[in-house]
Amino acid sequence: MFKLVKRPEPSRQMVLVSPLLALLLTLLAGIILFLFMGVSPTEALYAFFVEPLTSLYGWAELGVKATPLVLIAVTLSVGFRAGIWNIGAEGQLTLGGICGGAVALLFYEVESVWVIPLMVLAGIAGGMFWAAIPAFLRTRFNANEILTSLMLTYVAGLLLSLLVHGVMRDPDGYNFPESRLFSDSALLPIILEGTRLHVGWLMALAVVVAAWIMMARTLIGFEVKVLGQAPAAGRYAGFSQRNIIWFSLLLSGGAAGLAGMIEVSGPIGQVLPTISPGYGFTAIIVAFVGRLHPVGVLLAGLLLALSYLGGESAQISLNLPLAVTGVFQGMLLFFLLACDVLIHYQIVRKTGPVSAIADQDTTQATTNTATESK
Amino acid sequence: MTRTFPGVIANQDVDLTIHAGEIHALLGENGAGKSTLVKMIYGILAPDSGQIDWQGNTVSIPNPAFARELGVAMVFQHFSLFDSLSVLENIALGMDSKVNRAELKSRILEISSRYGLPLDPDRHVYTLSVGERQRIEIIRCLLQEPKLLIMDEPTSVLTPQEVSRLFETLRRLSEEGLAILYISHKLDEIKALCHRATILRNGKRVDVADVNDESTSSLAAMMMGETLETTTPRIGNQAGELRLSVKNLSLEAADEFGIPLKNINLDVHCGEIVGIAGVAGNGQDELLMALSGESVSTQSDSLFIDGKACGQLGPNKRRALGVAAIPEQRLGHGAVPEMSLVDNTFLTAFQRLGLVGGGFIKNSVTRQFTEKVIENFNVKSNGSKAFASSLSGGNLQKFIVGREILQNPGLLIVSQPTWGVDAGAAQTIHKALRDLADRGAAVLIISQDLDELMAGTDRIGAICAGELSDIYDTAALSIEEVGLLMAGSALDEKSLATGGLNNV
Repeated sequence: MFKLVKRPEPSRQMVLVSPLLALLLTLLAGIILFLFMGVSPTEALYAFFVEPLTSLYGWAELGVKATPLVLIAVTLSVGFRAGIWNIGAEGQLTLGGICGGAVALLFYEVESVWVIPLMVLAGIAGGMFWAAIPAFLRTRFNANEILTSLMLTYVAGLLLSLLVHGVMRDPDGYNFPESRLFSDSALLPIILEGTRLHVGWLMALAVVVAAWIMMARTLIGFEVKVLGQAPAAGRYAGFSQRNIIWFSLLLSGGAAGLAGMIEVSGPIGQVLPTISPGYGFTAIIVAFVGRLHPVGVLLAGLLLALSYLGGESAQISLNLPLAVTGVFQGMLLFFLLACDVLIHYQIVRKTGPVSAIADQDTTQATTNTATESK
Repeated sequence: MTRTFPGVIANQDVDLTIHAGEIHALLGENGAGKSTLVKMIYGILAPDSGQIDWQGNTVSIPNPAFARELGVAMVFQHFSLFDSLSVLENIALGMDSKVNRAELKSRILEISSRYGLPLDPDRHVYTLSVGERQRIEIIRCLLQEPKLLIMDEPTSVLTPQEVSRLFETLRRLSEEGLAILYISHKLDEIKALCHRATILRNGKRVDVADVNDESTSSLAAMMMGETLETTTPRIGNQAGELRLSVKNLSLEAADEFGIPLKNINLDVHCGEIVGIAGVAGNGQDELLMALSGESVSTQSDSLFIDGKACGQLGPNKRRALGVAAIPEQRLGHGAVPEMSLVDNTFLTAFQRLGLVGGGFIKNSVTRQFTEKVIENFNVKSNGSKAFASSLSGGNLQKFIVGREILQNPGLLIVSQPTWGVDAGAAQTIHKALRDLADRGAAVLIISQDLDELMAGTDRIGAICAGELSDIYDTAALSIEEVGLLMAGSALDEKSLATGGLNNV
């Protein structure tokens, strides 16, 4: 028999090995899944993970998909490290898209280099506004931000739908629920000729670097880490939980808003009833697979972006349903959380009749027996 | 008996014999291996090697239920009682077999009167004092009619009066033939109560002594393996200007488990050490947080530092005025467990030492200061990058005390400075606190350790249920009188007339 035994101290090696192990298990489970569906696993995995990267265009698409994921996940992980759980990035992204898109449509006739910066500001402001609602409810009424931010996502989706069916609808669009195509000055410049890779990718990289410096070297990053790990020590140091709630929600809300603006102004080029295939939710997976570290998040963002591309490619070449993408993403998070147990525990062969209690740390043993003696 | 944990040998070939009717002390410092040994006897831990003989037969004790069946009972340091249930219900829940309520009640009453353990079976636990709660645990054990009773540091939560009452009960039990294994590191208690003592040091048995043949100092020498400097009481310290003045400070409890502070009045002067005694859970944490600024008052004029009203200022504004605080809980409150010592230095020092420039952390300055703390206070660690959680209790406390003292505070408030700390580290800490006061700082020690307060303070008071007693000259009070203060009763002024009563 095997059993789990608590390690004397958390394994640092496992922190890095765990995501790779999770990826491996995801692939194995994928093979089983494809066998059940009657598809050749080698072909399917090739279509899923290799084919998208066989051309320069594919690599550029990887950047396009990774941009919103990385932007959002990097800032979400700041909040997660502080213990603030913003689950509503999808809604904040939607608001960013609405506000950025509104600026683009408002200045439809204007040809100016200032349209894009204005859209950026509007997008960030929209996302921040949407994240400010859970922040206010949490700090004022102690309402759980997980629930409020998540529920606001559905409100945002309906708001977008309302606008696209109403004031934002293209007047010459035969009543289709979509806006006019943006004019050229409202479209993000392309940085790689012949592809769709736009300056948003550079913004995402800049945010990664900024977040890295912030978490490693600045007072605010320190406050985030302390309040997340030991709230009492944070109060002792004089850090304000309230400020950090506002800071991390506005930061991730702003970044999600920017991502939404980038989506409408980059790959989409207009406002549609749906502007994201769930980037805001997938970013949560990205943040955890990336170990809440900016560099890890960058790599994880690329991996999850590949799962989007792979899903499309598998759909085209093997007629697989697009839902396979979601299944892969879900399995990756599931296996990651399972593998993370190995950071604090190790698997050993069970030898002798030593009781399970005996191997836990001593304080726990006391508590256990105290309860047991009842 | 031998038992190892990853990285440490907790017990190495330890022998222990106890006879019927004997009160046997298990003596040793924190970390000497007392708990490990007892847990093996009570079946919580399995030994790596060794054997247990019970009334002449070799037994193996796989779990506590079996230990109880044999006749081994244990009173833990931390009680496991349900606050919302009555005494009777709590005891009924703890029985291994089903019992008739009325019968149980009469047995409880019988035991409580026979052994001088007054207890009303129908009272709810939340209405009882700590001493009364301990009685429940003892009665619960006695109901099993044990042959060996193990008591783990039973007096750490009791006032001196409650301690002497407990001792009477234990003596009566031993006269009836019960063997008692009494775990403690308090030498006076062992001298007063026990017949023989087994002394553990670093996981090994160093000696078995007949307590009557030994003095407290010879027991101490065996326990610590070295003779300690005896501390001289502080006499004749000239208190300087008023530094901290608390006036009618009241604070609501932060949650339902907290203790509200009621009308606290307290003055601490430059150059003096003031002590606040009290049984755990009487508002010590709340008082420390109210003084450090972690909880702020609504009244600005409830607290003055050097004459400046600062009841509404947070921790860092108070630090700027020279306040440093050391909370009772080290990991998670005084230090972040999974952060390096450098980060943990920055935690409280960034304000006074200017370790932030333009929002950025000045890493090299912080590291230099951390290394200074480690060196000056002889902190044993794997360097300044070691996690706080990797340090032993004593070393972490030396680090935290050093971190605050080297910032040169004008007022230091410290809670339980030597709780769970080995004697060597305790001595370092006590000396550092004295030196700080001698340099002109005001020092306030909140502690459950009466010996520490009687030896190391100029004035003393006690906190009980969130109310602070008057503060008296330490030299004028006996330990029993401090015990009365801890129990919340006021002292009779006349009985103190001989001592230089200084009721500020």
